[in-house]
Amino acid sequence: MLSRLPASSLKGLRSLAEARPSAARSAAQTASRVRFSSSSASSSAVKSFLDSRATLASATLLTVGSIAWYTHLYGSLPFLGEVHANSPAEEGLHPPHYPWSHGGLLDSFDHSSIRRGYQVYREVCAACHSLDRIAWRNLVGVSHSVDEVKAMAEEVEYEDGPNDQGEMFQRPGKLSDYMPPPYPNEEAARASNQGALPPDLSLIVKARHGGPDYIFALLTGYRDAPAGFEIRDGMNYNPYFPGNAISMARVLFDGLVEYEDGTPATTSQMAKDVVTFLNWAAEPEHDERKKAGLKAVILFSALTAISLYVKRYKWAPIKSRKIIYNPPADKGHH
Amino acid sequence: MGVFNTFYNTIAKRNSIFVPTIFATAFAFSISFDVGVTSFWDRWNQGKQWKDIRHKYVQDSE
Ligand code: HEC
Repeated sequence: MLSRLPASSLKGLRSLAEARPSAARSAAQTASRVRFSSSSASSSAVKSFLDSRATLASATLLTVGSIAWYTHLYGSLPFLGEVHANSPAEEGLHPPHYPWSHGGLLDSFDHSSIRRGYQVYREVCAACHSLDRIAWRNLVGVSHSVDEVKAMAEEVEYEDGPNDQGEMFQRPGKLSDYMPPPYPNEEAARASNQGALPPDLSLIVKARHGGPDYIFALLTGYRDAPAGFEIRDGMNYNPYFPGNAISMARVLFDGLVEYEDGTPATTSQMAKDVVTFLNWAAEPEHDERKKAGLKAVILFSALTAISLYVKRYKWAPIKSRKIIYNPPADKGHH
Repeated sequence: MGVFNTFYNTIAKRNSIFVPTIFATAFAFSISFDVGVTSFWDRWNQGKQWKDIRHKYVQDSE
């Protein structure tokens, strides 16, 4: 887009910078300025600086960049007032950004962490939260081997049927079964949690602003309510939760689970692992997606470079040709 | 005779050679590109993927 702007867009600016010649001389001067515009010595450095595309492009970039930076820092455009019905506390404290092992553009999940996180989910969160969209088979080749997953599934009883008598029966779980829910239905879940519904965790990382950062901050962010903050019985103070009063009490405490790989089970370690696991549950395609993205970027930038080259190659003779008009020679006197 | 003439005479002149050459090159390129990207990916993410930790949980039977 910038290249379409005439290079002289900043000329107006330049004429401001230059001293105006007196009116009488101006016509002659203009002619000579045009004539020697490339060789006049006095202001040519300033002139070519102000005329250059690079100057125009960098001024534009500087402007756009500083507005974008301001907006990123303060969350709103500069010089434009805003009013909000919510106070920041009602929106919940913004979580800090944590250095996730899968945070970078080319970083895969840390699968040992997914495995530990599954253990935390199973031993802690699964008492209240379902994980409807994940089947046992999804864990295979991600965090567990087939035999391990088969064994884990078999420990759970599933209702199946009807058999040839038309009756439902119980059978051990199979790889194709989905994770068992802690409660048979929503009402039972609410009844056991003072009316609050523990949301399904399959997509929770995608479903909350701040994603993994928010959930990690939520799990590790419990503290005493500040003086003057009234909190109802059965509710818990958490600055990261919108409204700051959450029905889920703090669930992670140092040493709550015992990791098989010997990792010390601190609160933050367990929170990091379970969030990595939930992030995988919400984006199981994550690793493949990033790898495919890398391939796409390489291929498409190569193709772009080739097409730019071919365009220039094809247009070079057209752009550099000269059209010369030779008037018909005067044939002389008839 | 530059590279381009050689290219033209050996490959592009006959369609019966040209088309199979394109197919074979595409096949070879896609495999080598994939191998290349995968080896970079595996080096970048060393120790994090399932294939890096699988040996802890599975004993391959001979
Ligand atoms: C004792 C039951 C219980 C356990 C155990 C439990 N939760 Fe919760 N959780 C709840 C309830 C109830 C809510 C709903 C809170 C509300 O809406 O006020 C909830 C809400 C949540 C939310 C949603 C917060 C939001 O922004 O809406 C997340 C995320 C969450 N829990 C994660 C976890 C994780 C991860 C674990 C395991 C480490 C866990 N929970 C263990 C009961 C539990």
